[in-house]
Amino acid sequence: MAHRYIGKRLPQLDSFHKVTGIATFTHDLELPGMLYAKLVTSIYPHAKVSKVDASEALKVPGVVTIATGRDFPYRLGIYVGDRDVLAMDKVNWVGHPVAAVVAETLEAAEKAVDLVEVEYEPLEPVFDPLKALEPDAPLIHPKLGEYRRAPAFTPVPGTNIANRFVLKRGNVEKGFEESNVVIEKEFKLPFVSHAYLETQSTIAQYKMDGTVEVWTSAQSPFAVRYLMALSLGIPVGNITVNVPFVGGGFGGKAGLAWEPLTALLSKKAGYRPVKLELSRKEQFTSGAVRDGVYAKVKAGAKKDGRLMALKGRLIFDAGGYGDYTVNVSRAAGYSFGEVYDLPNVYCESLAVYTNKVPTTAMRGFGHPEAVWAVERTVEMVSSELGVDPLEIRLKNVVKPGVSVTVTGEKLRKDAGNPSDCLDAVAKAINWGGPVRKPGEPWRYIGKGISVFCKGPAQPPNAASSAIIKLNEDGTVDLMVGTGNFGQGTVTSLTQIVAEELGIPVEKVKFKFIRGTDSMAYTWQTVGSRGLYTDGNAVLEALEDVKKQIKEVASQVLRVKPEDLEIRDEKVYLKGRPWESIPLSELVMGYTYPNGNSIGGPIIGRGKYISPLNTYLDPETGQGIPTIFYTYGATGCIVEVDALTGKVRVLKAVQAFDLGKAINPLMVECQIDGGFIMGMSVALFEEITFDERGWVQNPNFSAYWVAHARDIPDEMMEISIENPQSDGPYGARGIGEVVMLGVPPAIANAVYHAIGVNINNMPMHPENIWKEIKKQKPELLEELKRKLMEIRELKVER
Amino acid sequence: MARNITLIVNGVKREVEIEDNELLLDVLREKLKVKSVKAACWRGECGACTILLNGEPVKSCIVLAAEADGSEITTVEGLIKDGELSPIQRAFIENGALQCGFCTPAFTLFCHYILSTRPDITEEELREELSGIICRCGTYKQIIRAVMQAKKHYKK
Repeated sequence: MAHRYIGKRLPQLDSFHKVTGIATFTHDLELPGMLYAKLVTSIYPHAKVSKVDASEALKVPGVVTIATGRDFPYRLGIYVGDRDVLAMDKVNWVGHPVAAVVAETLEAAEKAVDLVEVEYEPLEPVFDPLKALEPDAPLIHPKLGEYRRAPAFTPVPGTNIANRFVLKRGNVEKGFEESNVVIEKEFKLPFVSHAYLETQSTIAQYKMDGTVEVWTSAQSPFAVRYLMALSLGIPVGNITVNVPFVGGGFGGKAGLAWEPLTALLSKKAGYRPVKLELSRKEQFTSGAVRDGVYAKVKAGAKKDGRLMALKGRLIFDAGGYGDYTVNVSRAAGYSFGEVYDLPNVYCESLAVYTNKVPTTAMRGFGHPEAVWAVERTVEMVSSELGVDPLEIRLKNVVKPGVSVTVTGEKLRKDAGNPSDCLDAVAKAINWGGPVRKPGEPWRYIGKGISVFCKGPAQPPNAASSAIIKLNEDGTVDLMVGTGNFGQGTVTSLTQIVAEELGIPVEKVKFKFIRGTDSMAYTWQTVGSRGLYTDGNAVLEALEDVKKQIKEVASQVLRVKPEDLEIRDEKVYLKGRPWESIPLSELVMGYTYPNGNSIGGPIIGRGKYISPLNTYLDPETGQGIPTIFYTYGATGCIVEVDALTGKVRVLKAVQAFDLGKAINPLMVECQIDGGFIMGMSVALFEEITFDERGWVQNPNFSAYWVAHARDIPDEMMEISIENPQSDGPYGARGIGEVVMLGVPPAIANAVYHAIGVNINNMPMHPENIWKEIKKQKPELLEELKRKLMEIRELKVER
Repeated sequence: MARNITLIVNGVKREVEIEDNELLLDVLREKLKVKSVKAACWRGECGACTILLNGEPVKSCIVLAAEADGSEITTVEGLIKDGELSPIQRAFIENGALQCGFCTPAFTLFCHYILSTRPDITEEELREELSGIICRCGTYKQIIRAVMQAKKHYKK
């Protein structure tokens, strides 16, 4: 059936607000009587806080109050309650908030921050996660055993291990014995910043009646509300969380952030609203960033390229706290090699505390880290065996309806197909065909591919709901709690409403301030789940709406409800299109000519919860971890300047089996945006620390993110549409999978270009050049010769 | 030291008391409440606070308000004439040249400036010109497409 709105390239609903500057972010908000907060942060990576003296600071005109850790004895966190509101007795990283100043103006608060005297007793720090695992390592969370934690997590008290997860299927040692070739390699990924342009910003007002109102730049209003209630002992219903426009999230604004501190400061400051906004520097040093990873991967394969065993040890550097990172490391563990059909797999994945900035979720959630290690390993197996990189992947990827995943799940027939993605990408970059001649003799061109997948990492009982209200004029209010921070999910949801109700999409109204009091519940806006979970809730709500409309219309037209259809803002009798009632005459109740009325205001309600997910076996990690898998493949053509080590992506192609592109324009933006972010992380991004644990590059000059000039010359987006029978119109999520395959595809292309394996990110010129020198000194010799020849030619002339 | 300055913001004359060391960005956002101008790095690196100062693009976080006394300032609100969006704003919408929207006022305004002054700009030149503003969502391809599409409206 032809669709009117499904599959159409509609611009984002809120485009007008964004291009005119009327889109209001928390950054822009001011409330009457609002105060400003600033943080006093630790200058030691690990120390006891022996004394905080705020007496001088309190004398600054305009200062209202100053709080320290002892004022707020609460523990925060989503999966493990390992965070304090302000450092209670010890600090765990340089940048750990120790005190907060609240003042009438930001200037006064800033002035007072400098006058707060903190006395520290330095403790021995540990920066390297491998060292943090040693038995005599300094303990960063001595009270780890006392923290609240969700059932799926196993911190190891008395150590720095925040979580340990094991995936075990088959027998890897036997698999290695049966292999013709076995390789083992190490990989490293640095801490990276989400670098969302709007820094974390929160306004909170604790009111005298015990209620709390929050305005915050967060992804998930309901998670903020629930976790605040849980941590501070406030009834959930006493808290209202409002989320206006959000200037980027990328996972870094999931869960809970500064809302509890800001609310408690408001109470301490006499119930006035307080705003806390991080500076860019604070965002790098006091806010949470993406974990660093050390990984060791061992793979065994038969001569023909069949993978027999894959074994991994992933050590996630969680930094000073890792309330969310425990689940990042768990997700990396259960998804280890999951795009492949592996008879034997083992992965131990640890989240380990160190005295560095804390970490949290970021787009891809553990998958980019694991995919980097696995896809580089598979590439090295392929070159070791002399099997083509595309062929080895096609041979080993899971087949829908046939394969069993690494967690022991028999894949459904409609699970999506990674082979289709690989084929599409290979064709688009002319895999196996010649590469273009580089512009200079010291430049080399290569092609690379990668394959991967991801499903939402969410608790099995993560639920969604939707409310659809019909208004007097036949317009429709769509009330869903899912986030609207650039992904376009809500735009796609309004398309679904318009399609199903047969009304113009302009008549579907969505309010951009998402409040816990005005929207239907959804667990979180994370994990690429929104379109699928909230979309299913919306579809159920639409069925409810249609049923109610038809019930009234069937009485009016004196026919059975099933004989009616709703389209073009009317209810028709099937087969007799001249008999109809306008929707507007039904939505608030139908009135007969004599005044008798039936029906009443129509409000539809829908919900979604997965009946299929399970907790994973604590010993083996087996079970059903997720609601769907989105498979994808990345292909790219790169140019490596062997003289400087600079890598430039010339062409980028990504293909995803997303089931159905509800809005191909939103899909295009996700695919290209994901490639650019993945490329930026792969080539440029690394938070560096000095030997004292201080972040060296907390700004956008020293921490480079991709700019317009850095993007590939050509970018292609391919949607494969093998529908998921229980997805809305067959759709699967797309938000994160778009950046997973980019770093390994680039590294694989670099290998193809110059025969040098890069296993540590980022691949910035210095690292590439060092690896060339180490792995292929003959390449530099050859270049020297080439350069000499060129010079001689010039001299002769 | 406090002093009074005059700024003509989107055609409206406004007087404001400032401190000598105050940034133009802070005066616009905090005193004149022009909130489409965003602050995200405070160091002239991200470009989210880009405005036109006497017709030329500047990053308002690295301009002192005192320097701007008597100047004409254009922000994205100034692109709307008689309630109608400018061609570049329409092109941004049609081409999906925005995601989270935080950098959008700066990019829209800057692209308007580029097309007004260099309507024949090539795609390659444009990539270079656009590299003063960060879009972390990575919408560069769509922004470039929007500019190329809107070109025809800016040619004399």
